[in-house]
Parts: sequence; structure tokens; C-alpha cells
Amino acid sequence: MIKLLEARGVGKRFGGLTALSDVSLTINKGEVYGLIGPNGAGKTTFFNVLTGAYIPDDGEFVFNGTELPTGKPHLVVQQGIARTFQNIRLFGQLTALENVMAGHHIRTKAGLWGILTQSKHAIEEERLTTERAFELLKYVGIERFAHTICKSLSYGDQRRLEIARALASEPQLLALDEPAAGMNATETSQLKVLIEQIRHDGITVLLIEHDVKLVMGLCDRVAVLDFGKKIAEDVPAVVQKNDAVISAYLGGPKHAH
Amino acid sequence: MNELIEAVPFLGKRNPRLAKWLIIILALVAPLIAAYFGRSWMRILDFALLYMMLALGLNLVVGFAGLLDLGYIAFYAVGAYTWAFLASPHFGVHMPFWIVLPLGAAFAALAGIILGFPVLRLRGDYLAIVTLGFGEIVRIFMNNLNHPVNITNGPQGINALDSLNLFGWNLAQSLSFGDFKIHYLYLYYYFFLLCVIGSIVFIKRLQISRVGRAWAAMRDDELAAKAIGINVRNMKLLAFSLGATFGGVAGGLFGSFQGFVSPESFSLMESIAVLTMVVFGGMGNIAGAIVGALALTALPEILRNIALPVQEALFGTVILDPEVLRMLLLSLAMILMMLLRPAGLVPAHARYSRPELLKGGA
Repeated sequence: MIKLLEARGVGKRFGGLTALSDVSLTINKGEVYGLIGPNGAGKTTFFNVLTGAYIPDDGEFVFNGTELPTGKPHLVVQQGIARTFQNIRLFGQLTALENVMAGHHIRTKAGLWGILTQSKHAIEEERLTTERAFELLKYVGIERFAHTICKSLSYGDQRRLEIARALASEPQLLALDEPAAGMNATETSQLKVLIEQIRHDGITVLLIEHDVKLVMGLCDRVAVLDFGKKIAEDVPAVVQKNDAVISAYLGGPKHAH
Repeated sequence: MNELIEAVPFLGKRNPRLAKWLIIILALVAPLIAAYFGRSWMRILDFALLYMMLALGLNLVVGFAGLLDLGYIAFYAVGAYTWAFLASPHFGVHMPFWIVLPLGAAFAALAGIILGFPVLRLRGDYLAIVTLGFGEIVRIFMNNLNHPVNITNGPQGINALDSLNLFGWNLAQSLSFGDFKIHYLYLYYYFFLLCVIGSIVFIKRLQISRVGRAWAAMRDDELAAKAIGINVRNMKLLAFSLGATFGGVAGGLFGSFQGFVSPESFSLMESIAVLTMVVFGGMGNIAGAIVGALALTALPEILRNIALPVQEALFGTVILDPEVLRMLLLSLAMILMMLLRPAGLVPAHARYSRPELLKGGA
């Protein structure tokens, strides 16, 4: 297996609160890697540190053999990591298509001069961006809303749109922050199909999720965070039976079963 | 253009082609109509075009990139003073317009970047306060840089600025073909009109491009914009400097048209007036900026011409000075606007993509 992302002793503190301490994990190319843990365990903080939104206090990330820049989100995206948000964050005044087109920004190059003079290259790039964005909308299954302002999409479609927008940056690693939050059973199972499709198409997925059924059914490997520490990492079936994990979730004594 | 067409009441949606021609014809014959009411109206029309350029530039910063700028007039000042320094007897330099205008634009863009750097992390109210301060600083500099070395001539301003001279064709001189005379105000009008059209074309191209989408993304959700790989710092600086460029060009044209610049033309009230135009017309769309600039330049003048005779007819004397009345009614208009049409006269449905690029797409 080829290592795609490696976290080495990552730590993050907010004042006196230790949100992450010495978290090390390895994500292999082509797998769906789950990151679970009770509320406040540090999952989203891990995402934020990984994607450059926060600067880690300790440790580093190695992606494709090179160290990731910290605190520079756009460079992280450039390297090939895209993310979605726990609470949907779309660009409210843009249509679904435009949201995805915006997501393609980092892979386009047209300069100011090219845009102002409408150079051949700029026009061609704009056309490709538009087409590619539409393809992605088809991919996640919401192309019929391409020209709808994204705010008026249904909740589940907004989630899909956010994934399409993240895919538009042509990532190698797609980090999904609770994509099934607030979804009903049907939407969740459709989401599962979509994530499997994404993996099938060669994109590695890092998944933070509360929905245990989804995680267990989807992930190749799972890491469990509790109070900022990694307490387990293995295939779902093993993690499920791990005492530390059970007590972290249920808060009971170690042998509670 | 499409936005403008849709903004035409009644016709816009029913018969876009007719609306389009209506706009074109109106734009072309406007000075003739204005001339019917007197020279002062032609002058007002010329100013309206300058304000349109300003509103378009500010709309780029406020409406597209979402950066509230209360000191925008400073860039106008930079452009105007560049003209005054490089094309007037003040320093005895008389450079041609094709050097001075781009230089003014470049200086304004530079000022935009200088303003941009310290405010990168600021948002909303805080950004507004700093930009407001910046605008005032520029004005106060212009006001006081006459001592110990006289650079700006202080509050007296600089006069006898060179008029626009297009490769030997002086726009400030009326053209005459025998008996037929074209007043210079017409020439300025059509030249400014060209500038406004050029601005619209440029801004429209920016809007429907990766840059325009990046600005919109940044405006709608800065965190998410970062997360999809937009370099927010560069995009903000770009917005400030490009917005300033339009201000700088408009400022240079203002200097040449007015023939006189002084710090009092660049007060905070002017900044607010331009911002009001953008908000009044509808933030974040080109048509809004144009309609807003036109309405808010013309209305006070119309008012001035109506208020005096009406008051005299009703009360026999003038009770309220039109100047007082103007601020009063302007505020009232703003309040009504916010209550009835909070999105502006032409609510934004600005597009940032060209769906027609999709072959057989939805």
C-alpha cells in the first residue's frame, strides 16, 4: 500500500485546552479512512489543522512524501486536499454551477490580462471550467439544479453540492466533515453510494462521521479520537470491540459491554 | 448589458430587444435632451457619467468582493491630483493624457494596495472605519502639503488644469463646422460615455471569470473560499487595487473636465455619496451602480430646480434652502429604500458564469 497522508505527532492547544495531542495516523492511497469520536474529541480540529485553517502547535503532516504547509489553506488545496464543512458553507449568492466553478479556481490560471482582453486561452479555460463543473454536478446527481441559487436547494442536495465543489479542485484526498449530519435514511444511503463511487474513481476519502452504521459499512480503517488523543486505529470490526472505544462512547467502566 | 436591459421597467422582460435599443438611443441623445433644459444640465450629465465610473469601481470592491470601503473617494483624489501635478501650470508640466491617465490609474492602484495590506484581516465595521480613516488622511494630506514645500497648494487647490487633449484634438474647445457648432460639453459627454462603456465591459469580463467567482466566494463565505483554494489575501488586494484604478481614471477625467481640483471635492461626504449610489442602485450588479449614479446625481439637481419655485409659489419666500432639503430628502429616500426595496432599485441577480458555454446543457 502507498501512503498518501501521514500525520506525525500532531498537537493543537487553545489556551489551556488541549484539542489534539500527539495524533499520528497514516492514510493509504485509495482507502476510505474514518475518523470518529464523541463530541468534542477533536475531529474537526484535526481537519482544520490538516487543511491549514489552524496552525498546529506540534507535529507535521506529510502528504505524498512532502511536508504540508501550515496555515496556508490555498496551498494545501493546491497539494491535493479538499474538504467540506460540518455546517454547510456554500457561496450563497452563486448558483450551484457557479459554486462548483469557484471550486475549480486553483486549477485555472487565466491572469488579469487574459481575462480583460478575453484571450483565447482564457475563453477556452472558462469553457472547460463550465463544462467540468456541469460534469461534476451530474456526478453527484444534481445537474438539474445547475442554474438554481444554491441557497434554495434542499439540505441533502446542498451537501452533495459541497462535495462537488470540493471535487472541483481535483483532490487526491477528499476530507468530508460529517457529510451525513442531518440527513434522513434515504439520503444517507445515497450518500454512501456516492462516497463509494468517489473511492472507486481513485480518490482517497477521509471521513468524519457520527453515523456509526455509515462509518462501519463504508470505511476500510477507522481511527478513534477521544479528548484529543487517538485511542484506537484498525478495521471497523476490531475497533467496534475495542474497550477503550466503547467506554469513550458510553462513558462507562472499561468492561462495559 | 443584459442586466441593464432587465432593469428597464416594463419593457425589460417583455421585449428585451426594444429595451436594448431604448438604452442605446437614450445614452446617445441624452445630452441633446439635457441641452434643451440648459447648459447646466449637460454639465450635470457629464458628472453623472463620472459618478457612474466611480460607482462601478466601488461596486467592484463593495458589491463583488464584499469589502466595505468608506474612503473610496481617496482614489478619485489621487487620480485628480495626478492630473493636476502632471498637466497644469502648477509645476509647469504638461504631459499628454495617455501618460497622465494611466499614471493616475497606477498611482490609485498603488494607493489601493497600500490601503489593502493593513486591512487584510479586517471585516465589516472595522474595515469601514479604517478605510474611512484612509480617505480622510488622503484629503488632509492634500490640504496640508503646501508647507514647507508647496506640493498641493493646500486648501486653495490647483487650477487651470489642462483639458483633455486627444492627440491634438482639444475636447474643451467646441467644434465648429461652418455655422454648425458642437459644444464642448457634448464632446466630454461622448468621451466619458466611452469610458463608462469600457469600464462596464472590463468589469463584466472580470465578473464572469475565475477572479469574479473568487471575489463572490470570498464575499459569501471567506472560510469556505480559503478551503477551496482561493488565495484570499491576493484576491482582496486585487479588488482594492482594481477598484481604485477606476477611481483613479475617473479622478483624472474629473480634473481635466473641471479644470480645478481642491481637497474639498474629496470629502467624506463624497465617499458616502458614491457608496449611497451603489447601495441605492443595488449592490453587486453593474446595472445597479449605473442606475444609482444616474438617479442620485440627477435627483438633487431636479430638486433644486423644483424646490425654489414651488416654495416661492406656496409661501412667497424660500423657507428651506435646497441644500438643506437635499440632504433631508436624500436621507428620506434612503430610509424608504431600505424599507421597501432593501436590495436596491435593481436587485442583484448578477451572474458569474456563462451557461451558454455548456453544449446542450440544461
